[in-house]
Amino acid sequence: MVARLLADRDDDLLVVTGLGSTSWDATAAGDHDATFPLWGAMGGAATIGLGLALAQPHRRVLVITGDGEALMGLGSLSTIGRMQPVNLAVVVIDNGHYGETGMQPTHTNRADGGRTDLAAVAAACGWLVAVTVTADAQLADAVDAARRQPGPVFVTVAVSAAPVPLVLPPRDGHHLAARFRRHLGVAPL
Amino acid sequence: MSATPSPNRVAVTDPAWAGEVHAVLRRHGVAQVSYVPDAGLGALIGCCGADPAMTLVPLSTEEEGVALAAGAWLGGQRSAVLMQSSGVGNCVNMLSLWRSCGVAGLLVVTMRGQFGEANPWQLPMGQITPEVLRLCGLVTFEVDDAARIAETAEAAATMVFKGGTACAVIIGQRAIGAKAFAPTAGSAMNGVAAGGQP
Repeated sequence: MVARLLADRDDDLLVVTGLGSTSWDATAAGDHDATFPLWGAMGGAATIGLGLALAQPHRRVLVITGDGEALMGLGSLSTIGRMQPVNLAVVVIDNGHYGETGMQPTHTNRADGGRTDLAAVAAACGWLVAVTVTADAQLADAVDAARRQPGPVFVTVAVSAAPVPLVLPPRDGHHLAARFRRHLGVAPL
Repeated sequence: MSATPSPNRVAVTDPAWAGEVHAVLRRHGVAQVSYVPDAGLGALIGCCGADPAMTLVPLSTEEEGVALAAGAWLGGQRSAVLMQSSGVGNCVNMLSLWRSCGVAGLLVVTMRGQFGEANPWQLPMGQITPEVLRLCGLVTFEVDDAARIAETAEAAATMVFKGGTACAVIIGQRAIGAKAFAPTAGSAMNGVAAGGQP
């Protein structure tokens, strides 16, 4: 799924990925100077995307994160709904589990009694687009929404919790930030 | 560039330092100002919101401001985060982002639970705020004299935006006034209707 979201990316696509599987999946799809993979700061991915989207209004900002990470920053969906950044999309890869810590269920996990519908939360916070993808046939439209439609766009994609091989990005935050800023032509201090 | 409080709100802070700190932020090219409101920050929030060169971002919780500033940093914009001392506790883990990635971020914190506080629930966080920020890797500037807030903000902004050092300006209750729980007409202290925690 993450590889499809990032297919044919151009240099103007700016990507933030949440701690865990989405960072590994984005790296598996091809590490890139304009990808900022989080190794921590859980709950912050969407708001980092907001700050980036406000700073770079002419570029698309795509946040790809997990359900656990999104749940920790639920309030940020409200803040983003307030700010209405047209160039921001958040895609949640929802496997219903905390994958990095032993596969404990999250609040999106219906089988475990979870009741949270993340797309419904985003819609209630005023996001322009808020959709849930549960079937392969919906994927093409979802990718198009995340990459191109006016935002804020929220897409949550139900995926299986089957483990995939880990492909790790660099973990030096100074390096990741510096390469990202260099990619955008931001002058060093 | 004056903050206009709504009629049912008391004047919440000295407009002089609020306008001066806004001028400091403007001079340093701060483009994103995020906040969770505090009575002591009311006028500064108003000044920043009235400035077309600044995008004002109201937050649902303070750590969002830390994350927002990191995103702004990645995108080449300068950012300041305004919050009450109690909100500093909400930021602790998110500040690892600034430290791990070298984010040049600026916090402006107004104190509660510090000097003449009548709400005991404000004390646990208020008493440890500067130390927590230092433990999180920020350089802290505590200022208790309203006349020195602007120069302190200037020093901090220089260290942040020229020196790349994350800093916090901590404005004491002695400068902004302890909250009056039964405000009388003409009270210049933090008012009950002006936001922030009770």
